[in-house]
Amino acid sequence: MEKSQIIETIRMVRDEHLDIRTITLGLSLLDCVSDDPKKAASNIYEKITHKAQNIVQISQNVEEEYGIPITNKRISVTPISLLVGKTPSEEMIIYAQALDRAGKAVGVDFIGGYSALVQKGMTNGDKNLIASLPQVLTETNILNASVNIGSTKAGINLDAVSWMGKTIKRISKIKAEGNAKLVVFANAVEDNPFMAGAFHGISEGENFINIGISGPGVVKSAIKRLPETASIDQLCQTIKKTAFKITRLGQFIGSETAKRLGYPFGIVDLSLAPTPARGDSIAEVLEAMGLEKVGTHGTTAALMMLNDAVKKGGVMASLRVGGLSGAFIPVSEDAGMIDSARDKTLNIDKLEAMTAVCSVGLDMVAVPGEIPSTTIAAIIADEAAIGVQNNKTTAVRILPIPGGKVGDTYSLGGLLGNALIMPYHQAKSDVLIKRGGFIPAPIHSFKN
Amino acid sequence: MIKIVITVIGKDKPGIIYKISQELAKSKVNILDVSQTIMQEMFTMMMLADISHTSVEFLYLKQNLIAIGKDLGVQINVQREEIFNEMAKI
Repeated sequence: MEKSQIIETIRMVRDEHLDIRTITLGLSLLDCVSDDPKKAASNIYEKITHKAQNIVQISQNVEEEYGIPITNKRISVTPISLLVGKTPSEEMIIYAQALDRAGKAVGVDFIGGYSALVQKGMTNGDKNLIASLPQVLTETNILNASVNIGSTKAGINLDAVSWMGKTIKRISKIKAEGNAKLVVFANAVEDNPFMAGAFHGISEGENFINIGISGPGVVKSAIKRLPETASIDQLCQTIKKTAFKITRLGQFIGSETAKRLGYPFGIVDLSLAPTPARGDSIAEVLEAMGLEKVGTHGTTAALMMLNDAVKKGGVMASLRVGGLSGAFIPVSEDAGMIDSARDKTLNIDKLEAMTAVCSVGLDMVAVPGEIPSTTIAAIIADEAAIGVQNNKTTAVRILPIPGGKVGDTYSLGGLLGNALIMPYHQAKSDVLIKRGGFIPAPIHSFKN
Repeated sequence: MIKIVITVIGKDKPGIIYKISQELAKSKVNILDVSQTIMQEMFTMMMLADISHTSVEFLYLKQNLIAIGKDLGVQINVQREEIFNEMAKI
């Protein structure tokens, strides 16, 4: 019996918010296709409720036996646009409701995959899906959507970017929270277990259990135990070792759950994902590294090192790594980020710079509802440019809040936290966005 | 052998080990090792036990032990042992 290991694990769970953020069942729905939407929706419902019937119970058993909290149980499915080429957009709600009901029936927290991949152009299915997003995201509860509008290989589909700007604006006018379930990607990954962007990519197998780890609180405490005079190399080593341990837990819990469910174990997503709870914050990790406030000068450097060290520590601890793997910086979900946004140390421009060196993008950023759709599109285009040029995933999950003023707080509830409404630049970008067309793939993408 | 680790965190007082071992004996759980230490100024007792011959479900045993902890005013955790080994294994 190794006393020090036992005490360390207990401390991580008890005092430092260590948890497994999500166990996500990736499920192919390709065999549910039918030219009758009602038949296809019924196939989808049947398949999900059959294949995922035990995921919640088994996850809870694993959680109880090993004493490691599993915060969310989720399902990701084949991008729905692949199944719906013949379904008019006004009938798309049939699919969305089947997915939403199936997820609720098996008791998962979220279901993701109401998605389209349009970086190089749009099929009829893609168009139907995007056109249905305002209705779908405001009339369902646990269904999450994503649209990939750019990739390093294909460039950026500016027509799609423009359409997503309008779509986000329309959703906000019906129900602002709807946009918390929609993410616009560049270089989306196919095995991401995290929402809102999870979908089960077309190169995936029939089903997989993927796992997303968490643990910013554990990393922060490990850094805090070092003296302020510790060199950045020592910090890096400490983060790597901590990430190794957290990932080990994820690898073990994931493979144990997969074994009990009888599904193959896919990947561990080595992400540091915050929650609104104090002490479970990426901002606080960066501040522990030596910044007075996140967002100030030095933030990008600290985040780059953190993100890289988490990957280096985690890669060796797990069999297969995938998903987004890195530090998440969702503003509304991170108490430290909100504090910094409130006193204007953190703004959209600095967040954008940070996304060049971490695993995601502008995430859970609230803005006043009067933001023009072309400005939303331009924000998406900027993020996509960072991702496409740097061979990485970037994303935008932005929430225009009708009637909201800069500095107001808008409560989203649960893990989504409290959004602080942040300012955007008033100078317009509409001529650029209205040009439409495609931004070509960067020269370094031609590697053959 | 299926091993579990029972940890007790809180203020030390007479009868903690007695009450836990009484419950374990009743459920045919064999104690393999006991140790105690101080973690962040809190008394911490760790017990390694084998549940392969137990007459009760893991969850039932866990709930009973947690209830004993509540009576004594201490926090009791019951976890399968593998989780502690996995974390440090390269």
